[in-house]
Amino acid sequence: MVAGAVDTWTEGRRLPQWLRSTLWFVAILGFLLLMWEGYKFLWTEMGWSWPVRPINRSMPHTWDIVDALFSPARRGGSDILLVILGEAALFTLREAVLGFVIGAIVGFFLAVVFVRSPLAERSLMPYVVASQTVPIIAIAPMVVLWAGRNDWPQWIAVAFISSYLTFFPVTINALRGLQSPPPTASELMRSYAATPNQELRKLLVPAALPYIFTALKISATASVIGAIIGELPAGLPNGLGRVLLRFASSFSSAPEKLFAAVIVSALAGIVFVAAISLAERMIVRARPEVFQAEPESLSVATHRGIA
Amino acid sequence: MSAVDIRGVSKVFGSGPGQVEALKDIDLSIESGQFVSLIGPSGCGKSTLLRLVGDLLPPTGGSLTVAGKTPHEARLSRDYGMVFQQATLLDWRSVRANVELPLEIMGASADERTARAEEMLELVQLGDFGGHYPWQLSGGMQQRVAIARALSFKPSLLLMDEPFGALDEMTREAMQDELLRIWERSKRTVIFVTHSIPEAVFLSQRTVVMSRRPGRITRIVDIDLPYPRDEDTREDRRFYDKVTEVREALREHE
Amino acid sequence: MTTEPHSDPDVYSAFEGDLPGTVTPSALRRRLRRYVPALVLAFLVLVVWELVVRVFDIEEFILAKPTEIYSTFLDEFDTVVEAGWTTVREALLGLALGTVFGVLAAVATARWAGLREGLLPFAVAANSIPILALAPIANQWFGLTSITAKAAVVSVIVFFPVMINTVRGLTEVDPGELELMRAIAAPPREVVRRVRIPNALPYFFSALKVAAALAVIGAIVAEYFGGRTASLGFYITQQAGAFKFAEAWSAIIVGSFLGIAIYGSVLLLERWAMPWHVSLRTADDR
Repeated sequence: MVAGAVDTWTEGRRLPQWLRSTLWFVAILGFLLLMWEGYKFLWTEMGWSWPVRPINRSMPHTWDIVDALFSPARRGGSDILLVILGEAALFTLREAVLGFVIGAIVGFFLAVVFVRSPLAERSLMPYVVASQTVPIIAIAPMVVLWAGRNDWPQWIAVAFISSYLTFFPVTINALRGLQSPPPTASELMRSYAATPNQELRKLLVPAALPYIFTALKISATASVIGAIIGELPAGLPNGLGRVLLRFASSFSSAPEKLFAAVIVSALAGIVFVAAISLAERMIVRARPEVFQAEPESLSVATHRGIA
Repeated sequence: MSAVDIRGVSKVFGSGPGQVEALKDIDLSIESGQFVSLIGPSGCGKSTLLRLVGDLLPPTGGSLTVAGKTPHEARLSRDYGMVFQQATLLDWRSVRANVELPLEIMGASADERTARAEEMLELVQLGDFGGHYPWQLSGGMQQRVAIARALSFKPSLLLMDEPFGALDEMTREAMQDELLRIWERSKRTVIFVTHSIPEAVFLSQRTVVMSRRPGRITRIVDIDLPYPRDEDTREDRRFYDKVTEVREALREHE
Repeated sequence: MTTEPHSDPDVYSAFEGDLPGTVTPSALRRRLRRYVPALVLAFLVLVVWELVVRVFDIEEFILAKPTEIYSTFLDEFDTVVEAGWTTVREALLGLALGTVFGVLAAVATARWAGLREGLLPFAVAANSIPILALAPIANQWFGLTSITAKAAVVSVIVFFPVMINTVRGLTEVDPGELELMRAIAAPPREVVRRVRIPNALPYFFSALKVAAALAVIGAIVAEYFGGRTASLGFYITQQAGAFKFAEAWSAIIVGSFLGIAIYGSVLLLERWAMPWHVSLRTADDR
């Protein structure tokens, strides 16, 4: 029996990919939790306080954080914190999704204009890049103010703030994707006397799709960040932004609530990105593996929108 | 009326001190249905000449006509089938969909597209591979798909730019046999750019020898070997003579 | 239809032409000419902006005039520069920490393949986290006014791009080069030194350039959740909250300048570290 069990291992019949990845993920997660608790234990024992003091008021126990998620948010309240946070996350996601859609459309449109007109690219591209060096916290109050003057709902204003972050990765990657076919592919289309629209539809856009999806995943995260930041000047009480700010101010009395809110914010981001990945798998099928993996490459993966 | 008529054509790239004279005083007339090869060292402008004919580049001087039309008019009336060194198949389309691509662009009906694609894939002996994707095929098979695609809309002129340049020698010879078979059946005019002397001699009725700086035609060698050409042709005495003749013509202008 | 890994166009290359370097006058002129459309557009936008505000008599708290921003910038110069000094220290410290940890993690990941597989889903998940949400925690841990608090957030932002790219650079080596080293029986240390590290440098710098641009913005946004009064994020928040946009824009100008300055420094470092690389050749060298 034992020998047989050993054989299955040595025969190279390995665990399926997803299971191995999941196991590794769980292992690393467990390792991080252990580090957290181990740090608290060791630093308390040794009386160390650098870099972070190991007291419960700044580093709550992991189980306290989980416990906080399932306890009533307010003393005597009926809703548990997880429900409150979940509702806040849904509210923020609504803004984020709208901002994401606006940003994706604008970003794609810009890329098409750029690929059609090199002059437009040369004149506008530096500003597209420069636009991202302007922190949205500076723009957010202006947008909120404008929206207020025009009687738009505040959450729509937040969506526009969020779209300011999301259009950029889409423009950059879509442009790269639209420019990815080799010159001979364009010559081929030319030899068929294809119209510019046909070339766009049959050659450029399909070639750009994997690049665009990579950007959309980046944009999904960025849109959540944009929505959280946008909620602050808008003074929207029901989103994650305010919740984070509120729990940050009550950190010294209930630190685990802030950690819980951060975890839910992270989950909101992960859920959004996962949804885009799913859409990608359904739309971008039947490509060689290299082709799918390629656009995932460096600069793209690193252009996470931050703010 | 000749299929392609080139009169005093020149092509200069760039301007000022950095300009390059790619082609100078090119005169060439190609009869309808003829198989003509362009051969010469790298930089002799043979690919440029092909692109001038195909209206992918404008000439700087002289005149070109394709079946009496300007290259631009000929392109708009879909007279050109092009094949490049790289097959340039679209990764996201199946082999069949790749062959259908030009027909789609030209607005053919779905039934016609399917029928044409089947016919063309049979012609290049890839009838069983319609559902495959390009990356599942070998280099030679990909190039056969590219040829099927170029022929799918029945262009009158086939422009081929070193189509077998990236293939190994064995595949290359097999592809040459196949191309001749297809050509004899379809009787299209073919302009074939290559840098392989035996390839030019084996395939064509006329081999146009070019030299560089500036690119110009130095000799046109008539290859009067009978068709169909096959393995025996490759071992024929006259084949060797023609290869030698082209080789010497190339050397004269080194 | 695949692209070369090194041909990844750098988003920020829009600024690359500004770099001092040995260029011939004609090449310089050609480079400058590339920016003419952008400069013309900038000028037009500024003029139209100014005119629109003047003609339609738009109040300052809706849209400030460029001339007004400029004069405010001069008035507030000392304040915004002091604020910028705080922010740039946070950004640089965070950039340094994030880069060091990123490279260390990359070396470990490249060395042990099993770790790589396990880290992949983790990196994907971490990539979807709005890192900004960590700012309140960092403030609590390291103190609201501490530079370390903001630097910690910046370092997390910097960590992932640096790590992911460096791993790629260390592992995606030309098999031919590895075979060559094997053929001459080079010890592993030499393979790392002569093949893997040089191969990783372009990837590393590509990430560092992005990280440089993100660092300043990351610091400014982290300051949103509270921080020193003399910091760009705090200043912008205060002024924008009071609808004093001319003041807010003065600080934004400083922020952008700092971002470009750090980015430019990384470019110089890149030139110094790998003068051989294709992306650094000018058109004339080819």
